[in-house]
Amino acid sequence: MPLFNDISKVWTKYGNQIVSGIWNTVLISIAGTLIGLIIGLFNGIIRTMPKPKNIILRAIMRVVNWIINAYVEVFRGTPMMVQAMIIYWGYAYLSGGDSLPLIPAGIAIVSINTGAYITEIVRGGIISIDRGQFEGAMSIGMSHFSTMLHIIIPQVMRNILPAVSNEFVVNIKDTSVLNVIGVTELYFYAQSAARNSYKIFASYLIACAIYFCLTFTITRILRFIEKKLEGRGNYTIFGSQSDSTAEIRVSEEEEPVNA
Amino acid sequence: MPEKVIEIKHLKKAFGDNDVLKDIDFSISKGETVSIIGSSGSGKSTLLRCVNLLETPTGGEILFHGENIQTELDVSQYRARVGMVFQSFNLFDNLNALQNCIIGQTTVLGRDKGAAKAKAMEYLEKVGMTPYINAKPRQLSGGQKQRVAIARALAMDPEVILFDEPTSALDPEMVGEVLSVMKRLSESGMTMMVVTHEMAFARDVSDRVVFMNDGYICEQGTPADVFGNPKREETKNFLSRFLNQ
Repeated sequence: MPLFNDISKVWTKYGNQIVSGIWNTVLISIAGTLIGLIIGLFNGIIRTMPKPKNIILRAIMRVVNWIINAYVEVFRGTPMMVQAMIIYWGYAYLSGGDSLPLIPAGIAIVSINTGAYITEIVRGGIISIDRGQFEGAMSIGMSHFSTMLHIIIPQVMRNILPAVSNEFVVNIKDTSVLNVIGVTELYFYAQSAARNSYKIFASYLIACAIYFCLTFTITRILRFIEKKLEGRGNYTIFGSQSDSTAEIRVSEEEEPVNA
Repeated sequence: MPEKVIEIKHLKKAFGDNDVLKDIDFSISKGETVSIIGSSGSGKSTLLRCVNLLETPTGGEILFHGENIQTELDVSQYRARVGMVFQSFNLFDNLNALQNCIIGQTTVLGRDKGAAKAKAMEYLEKVGMTPYINAKPRQLSGGQKQRVAIARALAMDPEVILFDEPTSALDPEMVGEVLSVMKRLSESGMTMMVVTHEMAFARDVSDRVVFMNDGYICEQGTPADVFGNPKREETKNFLSRFLNQ
């Protein structure tokens, strides 16, 4: 079949390039999602802080919140492709002709963009935790910071994992827009293979299959991690209520209660 | 006269235009168990939440051993000395029963892990929850959760424990297990402020009963006085409604 022929020709000639493109795509999307998650956690935690009593602190908080809001609105409200152009060429313009190193620039653009979305995801995750747990922590004197660290954030992380996984999958696909500034990711090489070999359909078919394999594998891995984080449904009972010397162990697997 | 632990003077609390606490004067002495009764909306829970500063009073003052809790004491350290047990348990869902009783000791009191664990085990045993130390809150029944919550409060070695309707969210058959823990606690000399709808507990266990109505303390006295010989009309109405249902 001519199509298979085309595919194998493209692969033989441009396979090495395409594989290096895969690595860059994976690198940029993993780093971008992780850094975006850190940005998002930071912003989400700040945005849900209780109002300080001190007037000066309150004013500072108001300014910080305004900045975070502006950041979220601007980066959620404009296309990443345009952001990439503006950051890359903006830097070149302002620095008088210097250009940003491409892979770090790509990671920065994806991180900033993802951070804007994850800020809102984290805020939602925090306010969805029942107010009672904050009060329980307050009632034994825990500070807002240690309540967040030990009680709230561990639960938030578990709850937002599906949404963050989603961002990760979106990032794998959306790194393709970084080709506009010349980042050598998967799409960049697929495009160059198509241009050089004139086998356009075959080249993009290869890219499509690889993108799908990447997102599918990563979805499965994250699903697995989610299951692990859910914890075991069972627990070990020590002793018995009537006989303090007895030790009973319950080990049969139960369905997780709030799966 | 035993030492007064908490003294409340002219306490007021309003939510917007809604005056919930109008003028509360109240004190509790060391070792005393006081039950606060009254119909819903009378301000009982708000009073308790003000004592722990979960609500900020809009007027008056609250003294802890003579010191103003808002101006003279560090909120965090004060709260560590005044435990609270909630209607909805408010356990930490990501931690098991044992960790729930340890976390406050290590983060607020700065105890080391070993000492905190020993203390937690001691109180979990007192409330009969030793077999379930590894269970997460979602794996426990309401009565069990509330007993863990009591152990969590006790593990901080508080001087006073505030109970905010501790049995109102429980199935009838679980009310007993929680009340019996509270009764033992009261007998052991713990200072307790209990907002409750359990009239039997108020009558049999407490040293003093406070009847609240419409943001004021309407009547207070020994259980025998308040239940046996109420003086105010509102108290009579409330009790007759409660005892006839």
